[in-house]
Amino acid sequence: MESRERHALNMRRNILKMIHRAQSGHPGGSLSCTDILTALYFGIMNINEDNLNDVQRDKLILSKGHASAALYAALAEKGFISEEELMSYSRIGSRLQGHPNMNELGGVDMSTGSLGMGLSAAVGMCLANKLDGNDFRTYVICGDGELQEGQIWEAAMAAGYYRLDNLLLFVDHNGLQGDGCISEVMNIESIGAKFAAFNWNVLSCDGHDIDVLIEVARYAASCKTMPTVIIAETVKGKGVSFMEDQPDWHGKAPNDEQLAQALAELGGDSDE
Amino acid sequence: MNKKATRDSFGEALAQLALENENVVALSADLTGSARTAQFKEVAPERHFNLGIAEANMISVAAGMAANGKISFASSFAMFASGRAYDQVRNMVGYPHLNVKICASHSGLSAVENGATHQALEDIALMRAVPGMTVIQPCDDRETRQAIRTVSEYEGPVYVRLSREPVEEINDESYHFEIGRGVIIHEGSSPIAMFATGCLVQQSLKALKLLKQQGIDPTLINIHTIKPIDEELIVRYAGESDFIVSLEEHSVMGGLGSAIAEVTASRCPVRQLFIGTQDVYGESGRFDQLLEKYGLSAEKIAERIVEFAGK
Repeated sequence: MESRERHALNMRRNILKMIHRAQSGHPGGSLSCTDILTALYFGIMNINEDNLNDVQRDKLILSKGHASAALYAALAEKGFISEEELMSYSRIGSRLQGHPNMNELGGVDMSTGSLGMGLSAAVGMCLANKLDGNDFRTYVICGDGELQEGQIWEAAMAAGYYRLDNLLLFVDHNGLQGDGCISEVMNIESIGAKFAAFNWNVLSCDGHDIDVLIEVARYAASCKTMPTVIIAETVKGKGVSFMEDQPDWHGKAPNDEQLAQALAELGGDSDE
Repeated sequence: MNKKATRDSFGEALAQLALENENVVALSADLTGSARTAQFKEVAPERHFNLGIAEANMISVAAGMAANGKISFASSFAMFASGRAYDQVRNMVGYPHLNVKICASHSGLSAVENGATHQALEDIALMRAVPGMTVIQPCDDRETRQAIRTVSEYEGPVYVRLSREPVEEINDESYHFEIGRGVIIHEGSSPIAMFATGCLVQQSLKALKLLKQQGIDPTLINIHTIKPIDEELIVRYAGESDFIVSLEEHSVMGGLGSAIAEVTASRCPVRQLFIGTQDVYGESGRFDQLLEKYGLSAEKIAERIVEFAGK
C-alpha cells in the first residue's frame, strides 16, 4: 500500500476510535473528507514541525468544523500530536475540542464550528499574504451542505473580486446533510455554476483518489488571477459499509459492535 | 466650544496609525464614509478593504487577517457590527481571541433620523457577554484618539463604541487613557456617585450644573472601559454613597448599569438609579429630541436624580 493510503487508512481507524471513545462526533462527514486531508497534509501543504507555530505559512481552515476528528487524526499522522492524545477527543479538559479551537492546538489554523465562516477567514489570510508579498497558500474545506449558509457566498464574492489565486477551496461533495439529502432539504446545485458566476476557477475530481487530488491542487496553483474551487466527489461515511451514504451517521457515534465491524472492514493492524 | 463626534476622532486617529504601523489594516462594509475609514483609505489605500454590504463576511475576513499577524480595524454601524455579525464576533474573533478591533459608529440613539433599525441600544450587552472582549466607549475627541492608539497596541479583541453626534471636549491636556481605568470628572460633596459613559458624560456634566442649583453636588465618573470595568473605583465611590447613578445611551438591560451592579451587588450593595433606555426601541428624530424623549438629556437626568434622592 502507498504510504499516503496507509495514512488515510490509519486516520479512518483513529476517527472511528475517537468518536467511539467520546460517544460523540460526526463520523460520516469526517470519513468523507479524510482523503482530502491526506492529500493536503501529505502532498499539497508545506507544513512541518519547524513551521507549525509560524503565524505565516500554508494554512488549512476546516470550515466544516464538525469533521474535527478527521483534522486531529491528520495532525496525529503528521506527528504533531500523539495517538494517545487523540483518545481525549471531546473529553473535559482536552485540547481536542468537539469543534476545533486554534488557541488550544498548534496546527489548527482557525477556530471553526459555526458553519459558513471559514471561507471568509481564508479570504482574510489570502489578502494578508498578498499584502506581505509572500506566496503561502490558504486551503479551505467546506461541506456541501454548508454552502447553504449565506456567508459562503459573501466570501465567494469577495474572493473572486480580489482575484485570490492563493486560495483553494475543497467542497466535500457527499450530497448529504444532517436532515437528509441536500437535494431534498435545500438544493444547492449547481455548485460549479454558482462559483463560476463569482469569477472562480471551477474544477472537479474524485474526492477519494489522493493522487488525483494532489494533481488537481497543483494544477489549481497554476491558475492565476482567480481563486479555485475543487468540487471533490465524495461518499459520506467512506470506508465503512454501513455508514456509507447514510445520513443517520452524520452525527452519531458507533457502539462497541459497530466499531469492531468498522475496524475489521478497514483492515490494517488488528490490534483492537 | 468646538464640538466633534467620536467617529471623526476615530477616523483621524486611524489614518495616523496607518502611517505609523504597516501592520494595521482597515475594513469597511460600504460605510467607508459614515463609519470613517475614508481617511485611512486616502493614506493607505492598499491596506483598506471594502467588503461591500456584507458585515458577517467582513468580521470573519478581519479575523483571518489577524490570524496572519495583521491588526484589523473593522468598521460599521454598531447595529450591524454587533448584531448582524454577532456569531462571527463571538466564534471567530472572541473564541480564538484574535487581534480584531471592531469600531462601531452610530451607536445608541446617534443614528438619529435613521430610526430604530439603526439605533443599537443593546450592543454593549452583546459585546460585554463575549468572553475576553474588551468594551470601550470614549466620551470626547482626546479620549477617542488615545483609546484608538492604545487598543492598536493591545493584543486581543476590542469593541469600540463610537458616536456620530458631536460632543464637547471634556478631558484636558493632562489626560491619559488607560484601558480599564475610570476617570473622575468631578469630585462632589454629596454622597451620590454618577457613573457615565460615552455621550452621556457630557449630558451628566450639564446635569451637575442643574443639580448644583438645588444644592445637590454628586461626584461624576467617566467609565470609558465598560469591560474590564474599574471595580476598585466603583467600590470606593459606591461605598461612600447613599445611592449611585449609571448613565448610558443604551438599554438598562445588560449595559454599563448592569456591569456596575454586578460589582456592587456582591461587594458593597447600594441603591442604584439606572439611566438608559427602558426596554424600548428608539425612533427617528434629532439627537436632542431623542435624548429628551428617552430621558437621557441633562434636564431629565437632573430631574430623575432629584426624584430618586427624595425616595
